[in-house]
Amino acid sequence: MSNMRSLTFDAIIIGGGGAGMRAALELAKSGKKTAVLSKVFPTRSHTVSAQGGITCAIASADPNDDWRWHMYDTVKGSDYIADQDAAEYMCSEGPKAVFELEHMGLPFSRFDNGRIYQRPFGGQSKNFGEGGQATRTCAAADRTGHALLHTLYQNNLKNNTTFLNEWYAVDLVKNADGDVVGCIAMDIESGEVVHVKAKATVLATGGAGRIYASTTNALINTGDGIGMALRAGFPMQDMEMWQFHPTGIYGAGTLVTEGCRGEGGYLINKDGERFMERYAPNAKDLAGRDVVARSMVMEILEGRGCGEKGDHVLLKLDHLGEEVLGKRLPGIVELSKTFAHVDPANEPIPVVPTCHYMMGGIPTNVHGQAIMQDGDGNDQIINGLFACGEAACVSVHGANRLGGNSLLDLVVFGRAAGMYIEGALNEGIEYLDASESDVETAMKRITRWNASSDGETVPELKRALQDIMQTSFGVFREEDNMQKGVAQLAELRERIAGAYLPDKSNTFNTARVEALELDNLMEVAEATAIAALERKESRGAHSRYDYPDRDDVNWLKHSMYFPLEKRLGKRDVNFAPRTVDVFEPKIRTY
Amino acid sequence: MSNLQVSLYRYNPETDSAPYMENFEVDTQGRDVMVLDVLHMMKEQDNGLAYRRSCREGVCGSDGMNMNGKNGLACITPLSEVVKDDRLVLRPLPGLPVIRDLVVDMALFYKQYERIEPYLQNDQPAPAIERLQSPEERDKLDGLYECILCACCSTACPSFWWNPDKFVGPAGLLQSYRFLVDSRDTATQERLAELEDPFSVFRCRGIMNCVAVCPKGLNPTRAIGKIREMLLANAT
Repeated sequence: MSNMRSLTFDAIIIGGGGAGMRAALELAKSGKKTAVLSKVFPTRSHTVSAQGGITCAIASADPNDDWRWHMYDTVKGSDYIADQDAAEYMCSEGPKAVFELEHMGLPFSRFDNGRIYQRPFGGQSKNFGEGGQATRTCAAADRTGHALLHTLYQNNLKNNTTFLNEWYAVDLVKNADGDVVGCIAMDIESGEVVHVKAKATVLATGGAGRIYASTTNALINTGDGIGMALRAGFPMQDMEMWQFHPTGIYGAGTLVTEGCRGEGGYLINKDGERFMERYAPNAKDLAGRDVVARSMVMEILEGRGCGEKGDHVLLKLDHLGEEVLGKRLPGIVELSKTFAHVDPANEPIPVVPTCHYMMGGIPTNVHGQAIMQDGDGNDQIINGLFACGEAACVSVHGANRLGGNSLLDLVVFGRAAGMYIEGALNEGIEYLDASESDVETAMKRITRWNASSDGETVPELKRALQDIMQTSFGVFREEDNMQKGVAQLAELRERIAGAYLPDKSNTFNTARVEALELDNLMEVAEATAIAALERKESRGAHSRYDYPDRDDVNWLKHSMYFPLEKRLGKRDVNFAPRTVDVFEPKIRTY
Repeated sequence: MSNLQVSLYRYNPETDSAPYMENFEVDTQGRDVMVLDVLHMMKEQDNGLAYRRSCREGVCGSDGMNMNGKNGLACITPLSEVVKDDRLVLRPLPGLPVIRDLVVDMALFYKQYERIEPYLQNDQPAPAIERLQSPEERDKLDGLYECILCACCSTACPSFWWNPDKFVGPAGLLQSYRFLVDSRDTATQERLAELEDPFSVFRCRGIMNCVAVCPKGLNPTRAIGKIREMLLANAT
């Protein structure tokens, strides 16, 4: 242990996607000693795959647009368990954050008057749901995430941010007081394991869609930050809330942006019927994603699905014409040809609801400070630990995220975390150093994999995990099936504890990375499963056959999963925005 | 349907004194899967096989490699596009140092990208809202900003093979032009001054391998031509 090299920073940001790089930019500009540690070169992060846009009331398409309307839509979309102070912060700060991106060079598409192009997205309204569909999603064609991620990387280069690229964070290091004081990380190229010391550790590790067999997520989305926090004993919030995106390409899982429907595309069943008119008479195909995904599954279950197996529906775009497709949706045309073998100018795209986004995550306040609960159930800040982006649960998405709100979440809360940490560093942060045994604790699992000599291999165990999640924790859920899933996961945890890493080499050993990722998938899957089983109601993305109604008496709450006891508790939702009247829970219709 | 025969470039500096080609047999069950899927199957046979991958849909640029002699992205290249006579030869991107198997050291490639200062520079104070840009001005960025830094183009370029330290290469120059042509950027003269020497731009011989291999259908040669025009106009 004593011969292990250590690196010391004011702040270490784990994850080089949109949230991590936005936080890093803030800190780099402040002159603090900061590094971004990313398991891939930053522009390979999953933010790059975001397509349709970043939703924000910049009042470009509609000069009268108002961030309060956006906030209302966000809270309604969340099925009322978004924290209203957080939604207020995101929607009101949003325009500033989006204009900053433009000033950094993000190549937004434009309207004739030179302002940023905006398109309609699901769940958007004017005048608090009274004024019809809004047009609020800022876009760079259908490559907004790519444009955003590259712009942030470029501006980090400009500001001389330190990057530890292709480094993998293994586990958090806690001191004797329980404060987070850094992490153990591995340089993937050399295999060297290093103790990274920091006064602020930011988890910006993104989502974990790879717990499901079918997902729009990149192969790297393995919930590394969630796994690290859970192993450190910290709670997770709302982990049962997983968004199934209505339009993943059938078979391949690749995403087709909601922007397709925003531009005028719509879903049809095998009879060619625009079925969303029945489920959401007003918003139709632009209802909340949870609503559209459930409607699609209902169509399929009732025998109106398409194809030989009747197991998908179709997204019709041909009526938009080649010009709109070429100008506004060029990436979709490309993806459809590659993965669905159809040209959307002529034929509809086969699509099916596909795991897309983790609404839950590490509970934080609007400054990105991670939160746990004390013995009386009161919020307690975790010293030294921060989270932002998909890994965090602030919560602005509650039980269902609106399209275009994830990119806004990234930049607003990445920025907020960076600003807060800068201030805290200026005031001075002193935590106890980690002891040798603290570091050893964080080294435990990599030591275990390195010593493994026999057992099952990583790919088969990963497949088993993904099958359990797909089968028992999909769009619709019910008690018996989830009980079975939880039991299977408990058994799988034992198998993974005895699994085997055949390749023990040091140089760019991707097998070791995949083994370490499997531990994280296991943590995320179990948190999801137990939270889903215990939330006995239907709300947003969490739909139960056995509890079909929303239960505001018992469950107008965040769930809190405590990993040491594998117990589900509750946490109050914030209903106290600072500058607007609270939005009281209503029946949610579109 | 016979199995796919894959010949794969192998090199692990810890155990191999020199690189070698290894044969794999992969049962694709007759499906026209992507080359990346084949790599996953091979990694189940040999846990130690190293390659990069992330988005698996052609937007992150991780899995650029040489497939039957042509650079491309493994995740969006179906077997039907590259395989001949049930044979597939997979090698790392040419011209860059190999770290292990299909993983190359991209440092030189990134250095050339950084050299062109790939970020918007504007010496005017920013307005309270966005800077305005007409759709026509914005159209000029199409075909440029979409680059995913996969390095397929630069590592297919003989000029880059010869002078990777002095010739910016097609990827870097495409990004250079993306900022030169952006109506919001005010550093045009400074950017051009950095490119005047005989190597940075003028080592391009118009071979157009970059255009032939770009998985995003971009045209670096055209962008390089435009930069030359700007440099020449500047000189006269």
